[in-house]
Amino acid sequence: MCGHLSYGLCVSPPPSAPGGDDLPYEVQRAQEINRIFGPKGSPEAYDVVFDLHNTTSNMGCTLILESSTDHFNLQMMNYIKKAIAPASCLVLLNEHPLLKYSTSRSVAKHPVGLEVGPQPQGVLRSNIFEAMRVLLKHALDFIELFNEGMEFPPCTVEVFRVLERVDYPRDANGNIIAMVHPNLQDCDWEPLNPGDPMFQTFDGKTIRYQGSGTVYPTFINEAAYYEKQQAFVTTGREALVASAIGKV
Amino acid sequence: MEVEQVVCLPRLSRVAVCGGTHGNELSGVYLVRELQKEVMEKEEEEEEEEEEHPSVSMVLSNPRAVQQCRRYVDTDLNRCFTRADLNGPASGPLPYEMIRSRELNAKLGPKGRSGAVDLVCDLHNTTANMGLCLIAQMPDIPMRFIHFELSNKESYSLDSVGKHGFAMEIGPQPHGVVRSNVYTAMKAGVQHMLDWVCFFNSGTLFEGESVDVFTMIKHIDYPRDIGTRNITAAVHPHLQDRDFCLLRPEDPLFQTFSGETLRYEGNEPLYPFFINEGAYYEKGIALSLARKRRVMIPAIRVQTEQERQAHVRESASEEEDGL
Repeated sequence: MCGHLSYGLCVSPPPSAPGGDDLPYEVQRAQEINRIFGPKGSPEAYDVVFDLHNTTSNMGCTLILESSTDHFNLQMMNYIKKAIAPASCLVLLNEHPLLKYSTSRSVAKHPVGLEVGPQPQGVLRSNIFEAMRVLLKHALDFIELFNEGMEFPPCTVEVFRVLERVDYPRDANGNIIAMVHPNLQDCDWEPLNPGDPMFQTFDGKTIRYQGSGTVYPTFINEAAYYEKQQAFVTTGREALVASAIGKV
Repeated sequence: MEVEQVVCLPRLSRVAVCGGTHGNELSGVYLVRELQKEVMEKEEEEEEEEEEHPSVSMVLSNPRAVQQCRRYVDTDLNRCFTRADLNGPASGPLPYEMIRSRELNAKLGPKGRSGAVDLVCDLHNTTANMGLCLIAQMPDIPMRFIHFELSNKESYSLDSVGKHGFAMEIGPQPHGVVRSNVYTAMKAGVQHMLDWVCFFNSGTLFEGESVDVFTMIKHIDYPRDIGTRNITAAVHPHLQDRDFCLLRPEDPLFQTFSGETLRYEGNEPLYPFFINEGAYYEKGIALSLARKRRVMIPAIRVQTEQERQAHVRESASEEEDGL
């Protein structure tokens, strides 16, 4: 790991429900997290929060960015990508005003999502565990270098910007009537062109992508998103420029 | 000249295809719904069913768990079919799945009695890289065929309710996800099974042949912390996804979170399967181990009407003699 960087494992007790006993457990927990690592938007908030996630989608190693103007995060992600090369690590930017959601990590000044897949829910795969460990190691190395005074010159970072959510085809009762097409399954980050197969009905018919241009789908067939009406999201490729950063 | 012994069995007139026994194993859920739709469409078109076609019931085994996309609501439905569970006392609040197993036993059974359906095919998915497996839970019945050596009384799964039954298990597929390739394989598997039943019922002679069968010997749990019972290692990368590849003594088994390799300490090389099944962490199973053996399946065909009547007369006289 990163030498003399010290960090503590923070395990907080369940909240004593100052927000009210009738709030859902996760809402109580969000308030607790905001008390410990925030308050969100204030000067006391934590500098960085790393939020570790897995996905059933074939996304490989992905870093999730919430703001295209967070130069610190952009520099960190650039560092991580270069550190693990030639292995791939892509950056997903979710700045979409409607599709953006309030993550637990957003209480920090610099929220960083680590998303590694494919891994089924409830399963621990050693290769996925190892990939996540390596990503986090490089992230913490970056912070240590920054704190020691290293300056990072301007750089360009390729990101995939979330464009829209695509749901499964459903019947009048809301039941899913088709699956991700075998040609699209596992093809996260690969170009999807108008006319390409997208879904396959349960009796074998192909439904094709009707968009106006090429997109790069990701989060393809994530188990947790069936209930959120999402079969995949489309993204567009963009190059973001990060300003030079250094410790003041 | 040797005459090949042919086993003659009664016609299969009632078949049940069950999906959603575990509510988050989605290939079976969507397939049963689709087949229910197709059956309804056939009935509307008033297609004439020929005699060799069995009557096929499509059953959604655990509707509440399906609705919540969970494996089970109170307890694993596919462990609720032992004789003791099915015939136990009705007093007191029962877990949802125990109530459901009795409903299913009434609908498809009763287990062990002449009114039970002839064949139950129970559809499952696994996060393990097992491909397509047929799993049977009866003594000496062979069924990538996996066999659990259990008597009819001890067998606990839904497919043990029918006179004949097996589970069709396909992986890898994450729970809560339907993958088109896995769904398509399951659809084809069920269709082949139903086609076979028609061929069998119409008198086809199926030649005897030998097949490999994997008989479950034991399970291996994850290494765990003594105090918390938390797991302290993951399935080793060299073993992950290598279902049915021979595991030899000293082969890597687990990798601790600090990177150390733990090795297989058994004396006998065995075949691993259900490697890293998500639902089995809570059952204390990281993988199961089987012995492979070659089993001879006899030739079989359907009983003729004469043979069936002779069999009925024989059974009746056996009962009279108190056998």
